[in-house]
Amino acid sequence: MKDKVIAPLPAGQDSARDGGADLPRTGAPATVREQTPLQRHFAEFCESRIAVAGLVVLVLLCLLALFAPWVAPQDPYDLSRLDIMDSRMEPGKQSMDGLTFVLGSDGQGRDMLSAIIYGLRISIGVGVASTLIALAIGMTVGLLAGYVGGRTEAVIMRIADIQLSFPAILLALILLALLRPGLSNIVIALVAVQWAYYARTTRGAALVERRKEYIEAARGLGLSPLRIVFRHLLPNCLPPLIVVAALQVASAIALEATLSFLGLGVPVTEPSLGLLISNGFRYLLSGQYWISFFPGVALLITIVAINLVADRLRDVLNPRLQTH
Amino acid sequence: MIPTLAVEQLQTHFLTKAGVAKAVDGVDFSVNPGEIMGLVGESGSGKSMTGYSIIGLVDEPGRIVGGRILLKGEDLRQYSQQQLRQIRGNRIAMIFQDPMMTLNPVLRIDTQMIEAITAHHRISRAAARERARESLARVGIPSPEERLGAYPHQFSGGMRQRVAIAIALLNKPDLIICDEPTTALDVTIQGQILFEMQKLCRESGTSLIWITHDLSVIAGLADSVSVMYAGRIVEAGPVADVLEAPRHPYTAGLIASTPAAAARRGHARGQPLAQIPGMTPSLLKLPAGCAFRLRCPRATDICVTEPPLLVSEGRDHARLALRCFHPLSAATAASGV
Repeated sequence: MKDKVIAPLPAGQDSARDGGADLPRTGAPATVREQTPLQRHFAEFCESRIAVAGLVVLVLLCLLALFAPWVAPQDPYDLSRLDIMDSRMEPGKQSMDGLTFVLGSDGQGRDMLSAIIYGLRISIGVGVASTLIALAIGMTVGLLAGYVGGRTEAVIMRIADIQLSFPAILLALILLALLRPGLSNIVIALVAVQWAYYARTTRGAALVERRKEYIEAARGLGLSPLRIVFRHLLPNCLPPLIVVAALQVASAIALEATLSFLGLGVPVTEPSLGLLISNGFRYLLSGQYWISFFPGVALLITIVAINLVADRLRDVLNPRLQTH
Repeated sequence: MIPTLAVEQLQTHFLTKAGVAKAVDGVDFSVNPGEIMGLVGESGSGKSMTGYSIIGLVDEPGRIVGGRILLKGEDLRQYSQQQLRQIRGNRIAMIFQDPMMTLNPVLRIDTQMIEAITAHHRISRAAARERARESLARVGIPSPEERLGAYPHQFSGGMRQRVAIAIALLNKPDLIICDEPTTALDVTIQGQILFEMQKLCRESGTSLIWITHDLSVIAGLADSVSVMYAGRIVEAGPVADVLEAPRHPYTAGLIASTPAAAARRGHARGQPLAQIPGMTPSLLKLPAGCAFRLRCPRATDICVTEPPLLVSEGRDHARLALRCFHPLSAATAASGV
């Protein structure tokens, strides 16, 4: 074998050692300690005032929901504390034992403000829980379909197509009718309605990402398929998923409200926002607007806030819309 | 000496709806420890597919349908997917063309390097990290300790390709397959990387298969070269023999079409370079006989009727091989067709 050596360019060899020509001039330690991607995205998110407002409102609502027992003036679930004499009081009136009904009271004499705060808790809880479960399921099958391809993909995606061809409300109604209304069943119904969106989104992203060379390189390194899918493929598919999930929380809350309004949702004793609206519905025409109106406003604010945040997330996480 | 890799009659076909595309059709070569073999050819000549076949990454509808791939005497085609996975990245590593794309953009360098080690060895994370640091230092990355914590986007193209090379070197493989790893880089960085790769091979006895269409890279880097055309090797031998005195009309045409060869012929500026007429034939319908005959100035009737075989040339070089009925004689070859 001939002993042949390429004569390196003198400068080239030097820079090979100290990395001079090849390295960004900022120097190694400085570039390593630059903003993390999370910080960068957050800074970009904050460039939109309306999105920040949405985020603030959303955080407040979540805190309210989380700390409901400490924030709410009354425990709306404690039926022994309710007095039928306090029913349908106007906003601002006082109850028999001196509690001010800031937003009025409903047909059972419940303080509307407390009921809304507790209802918010159920609505947001159901929305987030069903979204997370649906996300986990949809993401897994979507990744599987996108990475494995072939017959597996065809079967999974056809099931998703069939599911998506039903109107969401119809599917949820059928499921709830079969399973009987209840908090956990409503979550199951919402998951069944939602998973296909995530499966589709994930598969789309996975199809694009799996053709990239880093996946090929990971295979070339002899990594196990599970590791490639969850460690390499998944993080690169996340941005669109985060956006879809954020939007789906809003639609899950809306759908839960619809189902509760139709009487197929949560139990009457623990009303969500949708059930509160439904309870006050029949008093609307008699001028006692507050029983339906205020839960409706709370629902509206929640969904708008989530959508504002999700819209901004979409702009921030979409590389194609990025200006810099 | 057992060659690091011996490929015998390798056939990789793509079973498409339009027919069978014979991307690799009976390829033979062997690479000795520490040897650098260049695999050259035009786009679509099957050189990349040969590389993918060796490491077992041929995707559907492609399939290896024949031949043997012997890694130190063991036939990789007998291995299960599971066994192949233990060989990939461990005994055979691959470096890909585009350094921008071969690193996962969302994972830090240390994560990607450590998992390449832990996928094949029972070793603590700290020890694996130390090995990763050593490997980065070996390919000339400055301050490797800090660089381990960086993301791929914080590296320039040349640095990323070095990281990719460092990852390939992690498990001290017997063989590294390089699929045009310097094509996307500028020539200065290409020069550095070629120099380092050559040094690494000499020091560690690692064999290298360098897939490229750039003859000048081969001339400077490789020990031997195999020229591929339409899925077959048409000429093979030591670099000096093949490039200085090509016997196959295709090799001769390739060399004659480079600016350096033109300059040697007293080519004036502004004149078009010599080129091989015609186009690469579609792999779905190769001409009968010699695949190159339609573009060959020396083709005769026998080239139409019979496919030429790869014949080893006698002389003192046992490794010279040629697939042509009408090879150029040494005298005409030197003058470039």
